[in-house]
Amino acid sequence: MSSHAFLSIEGLTQRYPSPEGEPLTVFENLNFKVEQGEFITVIGHSGCGKSTILNVLAGLDEATEGVVIMEGKEVSGPSLDRGVVFQNYSLLPWLSALKNVTFAVASRHPEWSADQVHAHAMQYLQLVGLKDGVEHRKPSQLSGGMRQRVSIARAFATQPKLLLLDEPFGALDALTRGTIQDELLKIWAGTNQTVFMITHDVDEAIYLSDRILLMSNGPYAQIAESVEIEIPRPRSRASIVDDPLYYEIRNHLVHFLTERSAQYSGQAASEQAGAPTTVRLSERQARTQSAQVAY
Amino acid sequence: MAGLQTNSLVLSVAILAFLLGIWELSIPEQQSAQALTEYELLMGGAAPKAGVPPPSKVFMKAVAELSDPFYDAGPNDKGIGIQIGYSLYRVLTGYGLAALIAIPLGFLIGMSPMMYRALDPFIQVLRPISPLAWMPLALFIIQDSEGSAIFVIFICSIWPMLINTAFGVAGVRKDWVNVAKTHELSVWKTAYLVILPAAAPTILTGMRISIGIAWLVIVAAEMLVGGTGIGYYVWNEWNNLDLTSVIFSILMIGVVGMGLDAIFGLLQARVTYQE
Repeated sequence: MSSHAFLSIEGLTQRYPSPEGEPLTVFENLNFKVEQGEFITVIGHSGCGKSTILNVLAGLDEATEGVVIMEGKEVSGPSLDRGVVFQNYSLLPWLSALKNVTFAVASRHPEWSADQVHAHAMQYLQLVGLKDGVEHRKPSQLSGGMRQRVSIARAFATQPKLLLLDEPFGALDALTRGTIQDELLKIWAGTNQTVFMITHDVDEAIYLSDRILLMSNGPYAQIAESVEIEIPRPRSRASIVDDPLYYEIRNHLVHFLTERSAQYSGQAASEQAGAPTTVRLSERQARTQSAQVAY
Repeated sequence: MAGLQTNSLVLSVAILAFLLGIWELSIPEQQSAQALTEYELLMGGAAPKAGVPPPSKVFMKAVAELSDPFYDAGPNDKGIGIQIGYSLYRVLTGYGLAALIAIPLGFLIGMSPMMYRALDPFIQVLRPISPLAWMPLALFIIQDSEGSAIFVIFICSIWPMLINTAFGVAGVRKDWVNVAKTHELSVWKTAYLVILPAAAPTILTGMRISIGIAWLVIVAAEMLVGGTGIGYYVWNEWNNLDLTSVIFSILMIGVVGMGLDAIFGLLQARVTYQE
């Protein structure tokens, strides 16, 4: 086994005790790897254990079995190397937007002076468009989109090696979502930071990711496929839909979510342990094209 | 909104004037000595009857007392400011000691379900005891009336603070604790930077209830222990049958209590946040 991958998830299993006696297995024996600098999204139906995986990666939850290895070391407990953006923003409501970020920066760099911390925090808040006094508002005085921007700025400002995003745009309207996705890509580009994101939104996943992990339904959820998004970066919302691969990928994902995701459900995964099947739709497309030529 | 405020103020003043008017008019005039027959004079009819004084007399008394609140003419004749000062000193000492114990203990109970279960029976038994019921035991053990009064304040103000702190700390949103965890905050920093501000509104509510109870209890405690304080003053003036002073001091107890509550109201507003 090559354990050189930046992040390696090995044999991850989560079971919850249930009153009937038979424990509920959310997922069993998950194995996958993530390379440094990759943008990975996980798509799956509710209840398949996506958030549990993210919480285990964050160190907030402990898996029943299995390990998470980051840079050769086993993950145990939360760390500033793994930043988290929660779906409900999780800003501290008694602090201003700026203080929410300086709080994080100061815990990352306790040796910095107050001025340094302030400048660093402002830099990241400006990247997501919070300036001109808006940064002094309390979260309750900000819109949902603004709050999520602060949350993203807070996570990036601590410069974690791995960034965990738990449905960060789930509660936002489509237009705001689009803008913040672009800001996220802008702030991420060139950092070589690894992003692990959970989403329900197929288009969002294609637009943002290098690779999409498809999760089947629980119980006994599995990561069935790993779909590579071979659409070149930088991507733009307008031109991405013209890419010949876009609809190919989109259809594949939708078919998985509507039909195939349920087929895996309920069966113990132990027999087919191992990495998820890698899917490259460009190859499939090339095959069909050559088949068409042959006709 | 401004209209509502002025209207309610006008109404308050009107109600006050109405009540004072009824009070003033319902007190019968003292008959003057000249109008009495010789027989009535012999029967003591000219001696002033002890009656409820009219508000005008109470007002005159208030002006006189408040224009020189800190005079000290011996153990039984001290200004109202000195008496209230003694009471405030006892309340704040007992209350402060209670806060020093209740808030850290409340944190412990709120953060540890085991401690909560272990201490809950004690709290449930001790809490409903009237603070004055402790007085004989306190007097016997402490052997000092001053200390006993402070102890009674301590014991009555500890419960609301303890219970509210525990409740507030236990109710801190898990998301905020997770934020602390993902930022690698130490236990102390988590308590100080996240849990304390998150629970502060609930804690302050407990502190506000406690100071109210402490001010209620100090009057009764001072009637028992005697010597100084506003409670003793009320009782002493009753023994002197000086009802004007009794009514005046009752009003002062209300005003000081309102002031204490207002201070805690301001503190509460400062730490309250909107989610």
